[in-house]
Amino acid sequence: MTDNTTPHASPPSADNRADTSPTAVDSGPHSLVSPAAGHEKAEHASRILEASRSFGITAEQYMLPAQQQIRMLDPDGSLVPEEQQGTGPGHEYPIPEDDVLLKAYTSLVAGRRINDQNYALVRQGRMAVYPSSHGQEACQVGAALCLGEGDWMFPTYRDSVAVISRGVDPLDVMVSFRGDWHCGYDPKAYRVGAMSTPLTTQLLHAVGVAHAAKLRGEDTVVLAMCGDGATSEGDFHEALNFAAVFEVPVVFFVQNNGYAISVPLSNQSAAPSLAHKAIGYGLAGEQVDGNDMVAVLATLRRAVHLARENSMPLLLEAVTYRMQAHTNADDETRYRDREEVEQWKRKDPLLRMQKLLTAKGLLDEAAETQIAAAAEEVAASLRQAMSAEPEEDPLEIFDHVYTEPTAQLSAQRSQLADELAGVDAEEGTR
Amino acid sequence: MSTATATEATTFASALNTAMSDAMEEDDSVVVFGEDVGTLGGVFRITDGLTTRFGENRCFDTPLAESGIAGTAVGMAINGMRPVIEMQFDAFAYPALEQVFSHIAKMANRTRGRVRLPIVIRIPYGGGVGGVEHHCDSSEAYYAHTAGLKVFTPATVADAYLMLREAIDTEDPVVFFEPKKLYWSKAGEDLSALRQQYESSADTAGAESPRVGPTGNAKVVREGTDVSIISYGPSVSTVLKAAEAAAEDGISAEVLDLRSVVPFDEEALVSTVEKTGRAVVVAEAQGFVSVASEITARIQERCFHSLASPVLRVTGFDIPYPAPKLEEHHLPSVDRILDALDELQWED
Ligand SMILES: Cc1ncc(C[n+]2csc(CCOP(=O)(O)OP(=O)(O)O)c2C)c(N)n1
Ligand SMILES: [Mg+2]
Repeated sequence: MTDNTTPHASPPSADNRADTSPTAVDSGPHSLVSPAAGHEKAEHASRILEASRSFGITAEQYMLPAQQQIRMLDPDGSLVPEEQQGTGPGHEYPIPEDDVLLKAYTSLVAGRRINDQNYALVRQGRMAVYPSSHGQEACQVGAALCLGEGDWMFPTYRDSVAVISRGVDPLDVMVSFRGDWHCGYDPKAYRVGAMSTPLTTQLLHAVGVAHAAKLRGEDTVVLAMCGDGATSEGDFHEALNFAAVFEVPVVFFVQNNGYAISVPLSNQSAAPSLAHKAIGYGLAGEQVDGNDMVAVLATLRRAVHLARENSMPLLLEAVTYRMQAHTNADDETRYRDREEVEQWKRKDPLLRMQKLLTAKGLLDEAAETQIAAAAEEVAASLRQAMSAEPEEDPLEIFDHVYTEPTAQLSAQRSQLADELAGVDAEEGTR
Repeated sequence: MSTATATEATTFASALNTAMSDAMEEDDSVVVFGEDVGTLGGVFRITDGLTTRFGENRCFDTPLAESGIAGTAVGMAINGMRPVIEMQFDAFAYPALEQVFSHIAKMANRTRGRVRLPIVIRIPYGGGVGGVEHHCDSSEAYYAHTAGLKVFTPATVADAYLMLREAIDTEDPVVFFEPKKLYWSKAGEDLSALRQQYESSADTAGAESPRVGPTGNAKVVREGTDVSIISYGPSVSTVLKAAEAAAEDGISAEVLDLRSVVPFDEEALVSTVEKTGRAVVVAEAQGFVSVASEITARIQERCFHSLASPVLRVTGFDIPYPAPKLEEHHLPSVDRILDALDELQWED
């Protein structure tokens, strides 16, 4: 009789209580071992157990987020004393090296400049739409810097700065926001999925990429990104579950910016935190201050490391704030007040990082000037590119629907070609 | 199953099974997954023995979630695999529709052809097997309406093998509709001959070729002179019986099996209708806004001056699929097809 060790079994009957074995008692009521016949757990459970044992904690302590948000930088930019960082056994996050921190700051400054430039370009009517990540740049930069070259990233529409920080040309990233029909860059060349708009669908793609890599014996880690509101979607659930069952190294990275367009987090979830969602699927979750570049990098890097080492998924929730409207089409004054936005201004990820690096002697005025100039260069190239008329061939809309066109598509292509030729001829005679 | 030879009759199911095992044998990147496809071999046993033969990395059970299956297939295809996924029943493929419509169909276009998704979505479909609610839908129109997907549906044992092989080899995503009422139908096909036929047909097209190719390859499965009956998948066998009966009444019916709804072989359609001057379209699905509607519209556009009578359709009624005891009243029957033939203004 081993039924009494099943986590949610009905109250033990008299005889199976009498039958309780010493091991079952030792492992407690929430034990992950000794399931009833026909109820054997996935091997994953024992991997979680193994991992937690190596940290000297229980599986639950490993899977549940730490008691408090992981934070390493005060809002004023000074380092938080180690005992107050929220870390503990199994939740330890070494601070990244100085050169990594400096690189992160450079990307933060560029990311902020790109956000603000694009926001302006939309207002001037030179770009169709831009979901800005102003305020969330630490998450964006962390997402790119935590990955190795062979790893993959699956971003959303909000994650332009992450994609650019990963090395994709900013002009290519902006192609779809400019109103073109394709994603602008080659996902395979950069190992970055096409930025996804149907919420959380891309998380499953991340699981599939990781699974294919695992079957071939490659240790590819995949970062799967989504927002707080998106965690209500079914594919979020399916992706976490598949990743845990398949035992694949996917790091789910949720940027909780408090809102899904106008709807606050309280309308999405009654969980203590989004990081708590991990345990239900059998993976470890952690919550981090998403405006703290040091903590974001530290937690993401460790998550990527653990995922790769153990071939297991993890979930990281970064608590942050979107300082600008959802997109230019949104009126934020209808759902949040100025005071709230002002409060978050004081936690600005750039300023915090700037203060730290200056105090550490890693950043002086000359370096600052150089970093700002580089960011300005990117902004200038964006301005220039967006003021030129895009060169596109309308007939290309038929060319990639199938590897070879169907007869009907060929006919429709000819029709449009004739219409375009007619327009050209007309213009020629004027 | 894969050991069936010419001496024993080959079933539709074993032809599908062999097509998958041959493809897996030939290409390590072909993987099969879905619900109950591993140990059990699928609820219809179409994947029987694949896990034993190729191991759990090549044919495996997933958690029970269709969007998860389809979405994972997208990622695996992005990363070099050729997933063949099974949806357990027609109506249980609906949870996967967002992945199918928004990603599987559009990925090649969105990435300018840089990311192609060679995914096959196998769906047992249609009625005639006494199935209960949610187990008998003919859902092909939803997929055929979605640009970027190919929609295949074999009607014979030979096509079950040949078309599934082609679907797996195609770079485009294919929704592969398997008429479940045909699963245990038999034909004296020799699987190794089919294998040979498939392999030697790589660069062929047209009437002699089994390949659907980029533009479709419908087959005239019965020649006739008086009327064209156009059909596909589970209805073809019913149509052939009706054509037989019509012949006794002195009507010579030509029967066209579309084989693929997408790509749609319009030339074969035009050619048979221009020849006979009359047309009836037969399909199990509800007729309203259906594949049968599209075929009828194309005939009208292309063959108007050859027509001696309006084009008629014999389809399922516009109702949710009825209970098992009533399905015979819903499905296109030989009698209903013969009634349609009678109405083709022969007296003029
Ligand atoms: C399946 C789906 N439903 C609705 C939308 C419309 N939509 C786009 S963004 C968004 C809010 C998402 O909020 P969140 O996940 O918190 O991400 P954020 O925009 O805050 O970064 C909604 C509802 C969508 N893109 N996809
Ligand atoms: Mg949000």
